[in-house]
Amino acid sequence: MSNKLKLIGDGLVKNNPTFVLLLGMCPTLATTTSAINGLSMGLATLFVLVLSNMAISAIAPVVPDKVHIPVYIVVIATFVTLLQFLMQAYTPAMYETLGLFIPLIVVNCIVLGRAEAFANKHGVLESACDGLGVGLGFTCSLTVLGLVREILGSGSAFGFNFIGGNDGMLAFVMAPGAFLCLGYLMVLFNKFVKKN
Amino acid sequence: MAVKSNLTNMVLVLGTTCLVCSALLGGAYALTKDPIDKAAAEKTNRAIAQVLPAFSETAYKSVSVGDKTYNYYEATEGASVVGYAIESTTVGFGGNLTLMVGVTPDGVVCNTSVLSQSETPGLGAKCNTDEKFMAQWKGFDPSSKILSVKKDGGDVDAITASTITSRAYTEAVKNALEAFKTINNGGQSNE
Repeated sequence: MSNKLKLIGDGLVKNNPTFVLLLGMCPTLATTTSAINGLSMGLATLFVLVLSNMAISAIAPVVPDKVHIPVYIVVIATFVTLLQFLMQAYTPAMYETLGLFIPLIVVNCIVLGRAEAFANKHGVLESACDGLGVGLGFTCSLTVLGLVREILGSGSAFGFNFIGGNDGMLAFVMAPGAFLCLGYLMVLFNKFVKKN
Repeated sequence: MAVKSNLTNMVLVLGTTCLVCSALLGGAYALTKDPIDKAAAEKTNRAIAQVLPAFSETAYKSVSVGDKTYNYYEATEGASVVGYAIESTTVGFGGNLTLMVGVTPDGVVCNTSVLSQSETPGLGAKCNTDEKFMAQWKGFDPSSKILSVKKDGGDVDAITASTITSRAYTEAVKNALEAFKTINNGGQSNE
């Protein structure tokens, strides 16, 4: 049990995909214009990550070496498409906001990375925990990054405007602000969180 | 990773994976098709209700103006037409900008609503949320106001730092009004 908790903790801190491994930078930079967007993107990736990790760890023992990448990609793409259907049906507004970045989860290197580095060598339950940990790490990072950019860029937090009016620092909503925030958050994360 | 590859097991595993996955997706598609259609229809109905005065029924039609075809909803209350909700697409800063423009039978814009947009977040994307920008379309009368942004000598207040989006928005409304004129003159509307 403690072993599984450790796996989740590792995903959150030691193997944090955004601040330590620097994986999945494309959705990280593009979708974190607000805390809600970052959170939703994180949860969408978490969903795919947990399910694909479980499925891949279950089938890995019978998959021949030479075709393992195509098989994994098919499995991942299936879960992403499933997610797309579900989001379109039940959260259409969110689906529109995240748009292109949902199908792009297929080529998110975190998902294939965990499949290659972890799921194909471990059991179903452990892989699920690993997916959960890394997914939560990604979700938290994206939410924090989104929150910082939203506060600086639009003067609101989780859609709640606290300065009145639209007078945020626009640069933080746009691409340069994404890089700046990510850089500083990475410094803070590595100085204070990872050390302990 | 213990399995050695040979032609038989490669074909077998990849084939089975694809088969299972496509079956799964086929099933999921069938299950989610209705909710997806419902969500899309709900969104359209909400947009129509937002841009037109109260109505009881709508009829989906289309009209051609020049080489462009516009889809629109004719909203009726009893026997009289209360307005037309016209879908109008122009190219904005980041891609297509699609609006629902409500026009009452006297040719006045009742209200507008954004159906889809891919403008810059925090700038052009505000065409969806900026109250000042959105409010000016309520009751916009093209016979007394000039339908172009102030920078171009018109009466439309542009969104700060998003002139291109504002221009596209204005253009979309203008196109919708053209379509309305054709509809009103009994133009070639096809069911």
